[in-house]
Amino acid sequence: MNKYNPFEKVFIYFGIFVFMTFILLPFVEMFYASLRPLDHLFRSPYQFYSDDLSFWAYREMWNTVPMLGRYIFNSFFLASCVAILTLIFVIPAAYAYARFKFPAKNMSLYILLAINMFSGAVILIPLYKLLRTLGLLNSYQSMIIPGVAFLIPTAIWLLKSYFEKIPIDLEEAAFVDGASRVQILRHIIAPLSTPGLVVVGIYAFIGAYAQQFLFAITFNQKKEYMPIPTGLYEFIGYQSVKWNEMMAAALVGMLPVLLLFIFLQKYIVEGLTAGAVKN
Amino acid sequence: MNQKLKSYTAQTYIAYALIAPAAIYIILIVAWPLLETIRLSFTNSSLAGEDYIGLENYQKMFSSKKFNGIVTRTFVWMFFSVSLKLIIGLIGAVLLNANLKGRSIFRVLVMPPWVVPIAIGMLGWLWLYNGYFGIIAGVGMRTGILDGPFGFLAYKQSAFISTIIADVWVGTPMVTVFFLAAMQGVPRDLYEAAYCDGASRWDRFFKITLPQITPVIITMSLLSAIWTFNSFEIIWILTEGGPRGSTTTLIIDTYKQALGNYKFGRGAARAVVVMILLMLFAGFYLALLARINKKISHE
Repeated sequence: MNKYNPFEKVFIYFGIFVFMTFILLPFVEMFYASLRPLDHLFRSPYQFYSDDLSFWAYREMWNTVPMLGRYIFNSFFLASCVAILTLIFVIPAAYAYARFKFPAKNMSLYILLAINMFSGAVILIPLYKLLRTLGLLNSYQSMIIPGVAFLIPTAIWLLKSYFEKIPIDLEEAAFVDGASRVQILRHIIAPLSTPGLVVVGIYAFIGAYAQQFLFAITFNQKKEYMPIPTGLYEFIGYQSVKWNEMMAAALVGMLPVLLLFIFLQKYIVEGLTAGAVKN
Repeated sequence: MNQKLKSYTAQTYIAYALIAPAAIYIILIVAWPLLETIRLSFTNSSLAGEDYIGLENYQKMFSSKKFNGIVTRTFVWMFFSVSLKLIIGLIGAVLLNANLKGRSIFRVLVMPPWVVPIAIGMLGWLWLYNGYFGIIAGVGMRTGILDGPFGFLAYKQSAFISTIIADVWVGTPMVTVFFLAAMQGVPRDLYEAAYCDGASRWDRFFKITLPQITPVIITMSLLSAIWTFNSFEIIWILTEGGPRGSTTTLIIDTYKQALGNYKFGRGAARAVVVMILLMLFAGFYLALLARINKKISHE
């Protein structure tokens, strides 16, 4: 029943080719542009062929935008802080949702889902005023504080489903054997939930890395704290845009999240789709 | 009985204590700002200070032709973007669901636009859309479709379409992945039974796959509509809402009023409109989810 005749095979592969071209063309073209010398890029109409490809732009970009290294560091630092803080807030909450029955449990879970639907743009005004009064504009905190808030809801849902997979019998057995709550947490729950924590932590890291732009352009004007998604736009500030270097820097900037995701895509996608597909 | 009651309330306290940090954080950083936005919408708040001005912001907003244009534009933009995401996502999912060599690699290769920070991906699109040196204009010129350089983001209509295409590019992978997951959840014996009855591949798709994944299609349409409505970075980076306002959606307008001009009051009134629309979407979505859950538990 799953056999395809040669004609169908060609048809499906052709369809996949067209679909994949749409998805991957920007990346391929970014990479190709990053390898070409600038005077080849500045030819109109577009030249499809360059004979002297090199990684020169990957070396030169650090001179063109001297703070580039700092921006990459900032992105990592911000995303790590957001991920760690998110985990700290989410672990106890997710555990409570997975293990206890209490009034308003389902309602509050739905409220969390609803929060996911609000974009940051709706609450930027009060947050801007709040951060200004607290003197936190133009600082790392101005990007970390709102970042955490928008990752908590999904992280709770994800982690809850991991906790639910740990058999409750194990905990009860240990309890009957006289283990204290702390012991149960240390010897049973912590080791069994490590994979889940890693996946949720990485989800939070990727999410934090991805959402930096809006908070960074709104709450931060200081170069020292700029993350890479906004820092990259410095390449545009020059008389003629050095496209090859900008593309090189963009690819370097997206590489960390891409690698993390490729390694863990199976778990992250499983976790995210489970809620919507099976409910 | 008493014992049971006691343990029940103790459990409740522990649960609340565990949830409290996250709940307080959300209340401070999300819930309070939402309420504060509503309050600010009745003031002329700016960096200089604020006074209560009643409904003035709303009156000005709703009587402005420009604002009504923005609302219409937002929905047109959304309609095309969401429809394209769903159609391309469904076709993509069917293709990647075919039992052929290499499909597991393709399934990973669809995801990058979803994962990569939007602001970085849009740099690629800025280059693709470049009127003189970009590949799209280049292909157009070489095939004779364009008779010269063409800045896709410089003209009203082409900028509108270009931002939609970039938005579809960002949103399609997720739709594809969810549809694929749903297709894989369809029980295999349904297909086997249909196959034995002599149903064609086409029949099997329309009579089995499609009805089986309908709940996911409906959920994804709503979720996708919400995210598309919220889409900010794509338009902001590609056109900042221009040229001459042709890509200014509600979110872009809200941002421009509030944080471009620091007219917090006016911005807040727009944010309230956004909020109300989002609440409608969210209400639809949650009601739907509850209905689907009920149906599943009945079956």
